Amino acid sequence: MSFKRVVITGMGALTPIGNDVATYWKNLVAGVSGAAPITRFDAERFRTRFACEVKGLDIHDYIPRQEARKMDPFTQYAVIAADEAMKDAGFDADTLDLDKAGVIWGSGIGGLKTFEDEVLNFSDGGRNPRFNPFFIPKMIADSASGVLSIRYGFRGPTFITVSACASATNALIDAYNYIRLGMMNVCISGGSEAAVTNAGVGGFNALKALSERNDSPETASRPYDKDRDGFVLGEGGAAIILEEYEHAKARGAKIYAEMIGGGMSSDAYHITAPHPDGRGAYMVMKNTLENAGLQPEDIDYINTHGTSTPIGDPQEIKAIEKFFGEHAYKMNISSTKSMTGHLLGGAGAIEAAACIMAIQDQIIPPTINHFTDDPEINPRLNLTFNTAQKRKVDIALSNTFGFGGHNASVIFKKYEG
Amino acid sequence: MSAIAERVKQIIVEKLGVEESEVTPEANFQNDLGADSLDTVELIMEFEKEFNLSIPDDQAENIGTVGQAVAYLEENVK
Repeated sequence: MSFKRVVITGMGALTPIGNDVATYWKNLVAGVSGAAPITRFDAERFRTRFACEVKGLDIHDYIPRQEARKMDPFTQYAVIAADEAMKDAGFDADTLDLDKAGVIWGSGIGGLKTFEDEVLNFSDGGRNPRFNPFFIPKMIADSASGVLSIRYGFRGPTFITVSACASATNALIDAYNYIRLGMMNVCISGGSEAAVTNAGVGGFNALKALSERNDSPETASRPYDKDRDGFVLGEGGAAIILEEYEHAKARGAKIYAEMIGGGMSSDAYHITAPHPDGRGAYMVMKNTLENAGLQPEDIDYINTHGTSTPIGDPQEIKAIEKFFGEHAYKMNISSTKSMTGHLLGGAGAIEAAACIMAIQDQIIPPTINHFTDDPEINPRLNLTFNTAQKRKVDIALSNTFGFGGHNASVIFKKYEG
Repeated sequence: MSAIAERVKQIIVEKLGVEESEVTPEANFQNDLGADSLDTVELIMEFEKEFNLSIPDDQAENIGTVGQAVAYLEENVK
């Protein structure tokens, strides 16, 4: 059996630096930071009081109030991104085979705010067990895929992938494989997260995972800088429409890029810390390139996991140097989390969109906030510090690593017919 | 219209996103106002919260229309 080809025919994004793909991409290339003081809740007593929130968004401009209130914010973000992507893809509603259309979404946590609100209500109400009937359907992580399936009438495979910060990448890999195998023609993939809540910030603070640079939020996410002190929590998501190539060609679809590979590995080491030798990071890149049938020299750009944590950043870099050898110094590398913050389960989606746009526009978005070189990071690497760089980008790799030691990467290639 | 009926109407408008004019005494939550079974459970809970009473399940099952809700509440709200 021969595998089918898979292309990208639509995108939508809702990010801390832009509420649609065009604005997101413009600000990524311009090096804009999405970090600012937290507005979602009163963070005064928290160690970290800033985050990369989605801004200037009135949910009700996109989703009627009666529908929106039955969705957790992570599902609302999914709907907004998916609506943009579906419109962008321009399917003909009369001819699209809905039984061969799926939704494979990623979210690391799901409805955290819903869970928090309902439990607080239970606790504040004298532990009287009166829960809202929409509590469970709003909170469970698969609700985003369920809502999207209902919204567009997609009746093929629909589910959520959960692998912490690799979730959306796992979603893309599953969508890619099911289309390759002929199990569906079209899939809304991607991921979203809405964890800027009391429990989200408090929980990551307890892990000492977040930057505490409260006096300068916009410079807090500084991957590969010597003075990085943790990641900046982000929220939002992106939707990527994957489509079987012949199906896309037959309807004259606009094709952004081709997805040519996906791979996974696991650290099997520690529930939150990455393996210090970058073993899992090395293996996921090796597996992904093998899956795509590529050599290390074929990669032009890596959008790294690069969260700006003291221990996470160097191990990924070491793995890149070990796997790519001399080619590591010839390609561009950047962490766009320096601008967007870390969208957890949504990260793989917005970063896949960044890779696809980098291929489209032949430009590498920067790693902003580089002030001081880290002696642990080899200066021969081109980490695209502070300013976007124009270059030939035919093939881009996106890395994501999650708590639990889950690693997932995907590869996109310039579309050449 | 009684004060209770007015508050009931506001809750229904708010929760179901319908026009005030649709909220007639005969209107059935599910058949006329677009509610599903979960919406109806939530409505009953909102009535309980708003009027500070507890509606037993066997009574709640008999509340299917706006008028039935108002009648129950007018009888039971102290």
